[in-house]
Amino acid sequence: MAVEVRVPSMLQKFTDGEKKVQLDSANVGELLHTLETAYPGIGHQLLEDGQLRRFVNIYLNDEDIRFLDGMATALSDGDVLAILPALAGGRR
Amino acid sequence: MSVKVYIPTPYRKITGNRTFVDAEGIDVTGVLRDLDQRFPGFGELVFDQEQELFEHVNVYVNNHEITSLQGAATRVADGDELAVIPAIAGGAGSAMTPEMVERYSRHLIMDQVGPLGQRKLIDGKVLAVGAGGLGSPVLVYLAAAGVGTIGIADFDVVDRSNLQRQIIHGTSDIGRMKVESAQDRILNMNPNINVITHTSPLTSDNAMEIIPEYDVIINGADNFATRYLVNDAAFLAEKILVDGSIFLFEGQVTTFFPGEGCYRCLYPSPPPPGMVPSCSEAGVLGVLPGTVGAIQATEAIKVLLEEGDPLKNRLLLYDALAMDFRTVKIRRDPACPLCGDAPSVTELIDYEEFCGSPFHEGPVAAAGD
Repeated sequence: MAVEVRVPSMLQKFTDGEKKVQLDSANVGELLHTLETAYPGIGHQLLEDGQLRRFVNIYLNDEDIRFLDGMATALSDGDVLAILPALAGGRR
Repeated sequence: MSVKVYIPTPYRKITGNRTFVDAEGIDVTGVLRDLDQRFPGFGELVFDQEQELFEHVNVYVNNHEITSLQGAATRVADGDELAVIPAIAGGAGSAMTPEMVERYSRHLIMDQVGPLGQRKLIDGKVLAVGAGGLGSPVLVYLAAAGVGTIGIADFDVVDRSNLQRQIIHGTSDIGRMKVESAQDRILNMNPNINVITHTSPLTSDNAMEIIPEYDVIINGADNFATRYLVNDAAFLAEKILVDGSIFLFEGQVTTFFPGEGCYRCLYPSPPPPGMVPSCSEAGVLGVLPGTVGAIQATEAIKVLLEEGDPLKNRLLLYDALAMDFRTVKIRRDPACPLCGDAPSVTELIDYEEFCGSPFHEGPVAAAGD
């Protein structure tokens, strides 16, 4: 399934500055491996022992995959996947 | 003429707890006398012995205070809405002065604010955690809007490198405490408000003394330890929390209502130290906190007004480069250690240990950045 992945600015150094990348995968877990294959190093930022890091959320369209089927969440053509890490900044 | 009259809380025992009542009359005095007929005793609340309106009672016709119209002789028309607003004991609750009526006139003529909404803002108590990038627009707009009690929590001093984005401070403030600089700025903006400064760093020891004093908490912290601390304290004190964060060109904003999801539901754990760079390490577009902070101020004002749809169970994502605003759904996590079904966090914890990082950025902060 061809999906669009939105890459936060924090991780764009892995994607040669690209904000959006197109990938083909059947589910979220598979997609993250495809992402790592295409952009080595990004996987470590997102995954720990095969699980999504707890300060990183992934949204399929506008829904958090934790409330769908997690890494097994199936993808459809045209889906938009957004990666959202926690941000700390504000005061300084 | 048949009109509708808003009855404020202190008078509702006379109207059988009704917020709005119908009345008739050709002018304000006539309407109030009619209300006295319908609800015996009402007249004594609004008229003195000379049958003049008490000075501590303001009357509004269609959101216009009658002293700016024809006073008690102001004529009314079918369908008009009147509001009878008495001064309430205590500084923030006193009647609006003519200066305030003029100052807030753009609010007072709005249906969604009006004198009642402005009264809610004046009675509102908001704490801004951080008087930096996000806190700057938050504090200025809350003060301008007339939010009656504004707390500022910050232990830092103004540094030249702050001035690229922290618009509440000026060049002449370099070296001053941020809370003092911010307090001067917002009291100059609006001397009617009450500003409370908190110059000690928020910690697990003092947060539950500070946060319960406010209605709404606005989080503009620059580190995860404070962000989780404020989240937990706001939930434990049952306060509404408007969370905002920024990085490079991106911002995130959401509003947490107690028991309907919290920052821990959104991000169960912070990133390990060093994995996510801070703004001081990676940079931030100077105007970005202006946009995000203004949205946080908007949320706080809507919450105080009880108007509109806050960012409840929604996370607003702002991308300044793409100029794209999107929202995604967020929700309470039943497994949340704080607000879940079987909570394990029932009091404030050691957040520096939880985050593996200090409340501030160590040597940089110690050097007075």
